[in-house]
Amino acid sequence: MNQAPYISASPSVTSIMLRVLLALVPGIAAYVWVYGSGVLVSLALASITALGSEAILLHFRQRPLMPFLMDGSALLTAWLLALALPPLAPWWLVVVGTLFAIVIAKQLYGGLGYNPFNPAMVGYAVLLISFPAIMTQWPVPLALAHAQLGFLDQLHFIFTQALPGGVTLDAISSATPLDYLKTQLKLQHSVGDILHAPVFGALGGRGFEVVAGAYLLGGLYLLQQRIISWHIPTAFLLTLAVLAAGSHLADPAQHAGAAFHLFSGASMLCAFFIATDPVSGPTTPRGKLLFATGVALLTWLIRSYGGYPDGVAFAVLLMNICVPLIDAATQPRVFGHE
Amino acid sequence: MSLFKFHGGVHPPEHKLKSTAAPIRSVTMPLRLVLPLRQHVGNVAKLMVAVGDHVLKGQLLAAPDGMISAAVHAPTSGTIAAIEERLIPHASGLPDLCITLNADGEDRWGDHQPLDYQAQEKSAVLDALRLAGVVGLGGATFPSHVKLRADDAHPVLTLIINGAECEPYITCDDLLMRERALEIVRGIEIMQYLLGAKHAIIGIEDNKPEAAAAMRLACSQNSISITVATVPTLYPGGGAKQLIKVLTGLEVPSGKLPTTIGVQCFNVATAYTVHRFIDHGEPVISRVVTVTGRVAQPGNYEVPLGMEIFDLVQAAGGTADDSNGLVMGGPMMGFNLPSGHVPVVKGTNCIIASAPALFAPQPPAMPCIRCARCAEVCPVNLQPQELYWFARADNFEKARSYDLFDCIECGCCSYVCPSRIPLVQYYRYAKSEILASDKARQAANVARERNELRLARIAREKEERAAKHAERAVGARAEAGGDAKQAAIAAAMARAEAQKAEIVPQNVTDLSPLVATEIKAIDARRGKVDDRD
Ligand code: SF4
Ligand code: SF4
Repeated sequence: MNQAPYISASPSVTSIMLRVLLALVPGIAAYVWVYGSGVLVSLALASITALGSEAILLHFRQRPLMPFLMDGSALLTAWLLALALPPLAPWWLVVVGTLFAIVIAKQLYGGLGYNPFNPAMVGYAVLLISFPAIMTQWPVPLALAHAQLGFLDQLHFIFTQALPGGVTLDAISSATPLDYLKTQLKLQHSVGDILHAPVFGALGGRGFEVVAGAYLLGGLYLLQQRIISWHIPTAFLLTLAVLAAGSHLADPAQHAGAAFHLFSGASMLCAFFIATDPVSGPTTPRGKLLFATGVALLTWLIRSYGGYPDGVAFAVLLMNICVPLIDAATQPRVFGHE
Repeated sequence: MSLFKFHGGVHPPEHKLKSTAAPIRSVTMPLRLVLPLRQHVGNVAKLMVAVGDHVLKGQLLAAPDGMISAAVHAPTSGTIAAIEERLIPHASGLPDLCITLNADGEDRWGDHQPLDYQAQEKSAVLDALRLAGVVGLGGATFPSHVKLRADDAHPVLTLIINGAECEPYITCDDLLMRERALEIVRGIEIMQYLLGAKHAIIGIEDNKPEAAAAMRLACSQNSISITVATVPTLYPGGGAKQLIKVLTGLEVPSGKLPTTIGVQCFNVATAYTVHRFIDHGEPVISRVVTVTGRVAQPGNYEVPLGMEIFDLVQAAGGTADDSNGLVMGGPMMGFNLPSGHVPVVKGTNCIIASAPALFAPQPPAMPCIRCARCAEVCPVNLQPQELYWFARADNFEKARSYDLFDCIECGCCSYVCPSRIPLVQYYRYAKSEILASDKARQAANVARERNELRLARIAREKEERAAKHAERAVGARAEAGGDAKQAAIAAAMARAEAQKAEIVPQNVTDLSPLVATEIKAIDARRGKVDDRD
């Protein structure tokens, strides 16, 4: 029997998730354009692993299969993780990371809606801690590479880690721009000199800045569709920009500027797709601002002073811990209350 | 005038045009009317007639019992056929005591006179209104005479008349304003006089331009100053507290009455019934009801109270084949009628013949994804997702501390929830559980205090007996020339003990409401402390 309200004006969970997936498409397209179509293999691997493990876990937890498999949340976790990994990551890396995300971080906590941590970031963090070398080994953008790998070559590489004859690993891979910056700074080079290296483009890492721009585009679509609110992206990007610009002004030799931070690493992905995960994030408007500011601050600190080149995953997970506190501390004033 | 905003709100499709095409129509008087004794908030009305009595139209059938109660009258002349429990239009689906009146077809009025309200004491006018069965017709059905009593501690500066009618489908107030604006304004004039309010504002949503124009015209023909304000169409802008906020910028403090901020609020239809009674002597025996949805002739009908809703729907041309039920009220806050064979009551503002095409079957609820859409639209600025969480976990004290009792059950949160969670049902459940446990706790406290008193009495009696013994012993010893001094001391001590036992609180059996609420509040705080784990 229906009960009031008899009418509803909301897109379903599935439709929300599908639109988030759609918003990732420009980023994926840019990815393919910059690094080749190997990333599609990662996406497919992650998707299959996510749906398969979700189905098995739902079965064991005796939950209805179809509504939860169709809600799109497992697919979204898979895509976010695949996009955060190096594009030519070996197949098992993708599978292990996805399993961690879905089985441990999501289903064992109770499934959709119950996970206190962002599942994709749990998967990413586990991989980063366990396999730091592979996780920071990024392919050179096609435009810069000395050797070009076609789709079949990339596919082959993902599954066997073998390269076509005559191509060395160094010819196709390099450190990420953030990683490069970090090691060069350690070698006492100044930021100004480092950023002249060919891995850097106009804004961030060469090639990667295009991907970041495409994420931004998808993020704007999510804002326009009111799937995410402005609070988290704005607070995150603004805080990161202010910190980067401020430190750059204070010490230009040691700190890269705002544009570099915004368009490198997972900044844009985080601003619109990761930090905005509703389940593991805060719900109050002021809480969202606080949360995103914290994520940006931690990201910048880890990038600038920490042991890892990018800090997004750890920053998000650390702030996830604070969510109950943040929510409790930022309850808005209720109508008719002081 | 400048308007203000409240947080949140939603814009559901209005579906109002369907029922505004035709003017208010009358229905033929049914042969049988069923009048529940409880059609209002407060005490059930006291029966004044017996089976077999012949009554005239407008005659008192049941009198208000106590202050917060309202009268019930005969909508036509006829004979009392039965007084029994019958199904009433209530969400609970439970039966309640009803008077069945068989119409004699003459529709003969009893004695009724206009009231020269300015020539009388205001309290006499209010008593008359109390006997006239005037209640809030916007849906709350709170007895109006209570709200119209001027209170020196909280003088009412602004009288707000609610013509917002924010729920989709419902148009009875709209049509009433279009067609009977002068009468409404007259009612407002009387209410303003009774309250001594400085000014009156009529709030009408801007999707009712005809009604607003009619009310403006009527106001311009009246000597008193009434402002007609069009407010933005935004559900639940017709909620009393929301409308007050929009029109005055003031928020009624939580748990308080609007008079604490110098405002009182009535529905336009209530103002109309005040006029009917004062100027024509007619008690509340009919009301305008919107009949819409899947009926052949949607529109507004002037319906005698007690008419069977099934008959009313038939009068509106009957329901379409795909109709699968009747909803009383609007789609946001209405409820399923247990049957069509229940009477129209004072709170019946709208009947919607529902159908799957109108109100799609609700899909199974998914888990909450904490998207906070519900919080964005909550007009009270609550965190519905947290309340849901606490209600689901039976963590009631936590729900209360997150201001569950400020929830007005408007349904905005469920309306936007992507997981389609029936949030309001969870809140109702939590509220009723909390109220029930409060009541149980209070009863337990009273019982405990009674027992303590009883024990104290027994102890006192024992002391008294002991004292008497002691006295006697003193007497005996004095005679015997024994240790009189010591015996006297013992007797004095016994008396003192007895006195001490006597000053056990004696004021706990007959609790005044104030004390009762205080005890309740203390218990609530105690509960909260218990809950802080
Ligand atoms: S709208 Fe529904 S799913 Fe979203 S936070 Fe509220 S209750 Fe949860
Ligand atoms: S039903 Fe209650 S919680 Fe939901 S939107 Fe209305 S006032 Fe807020």
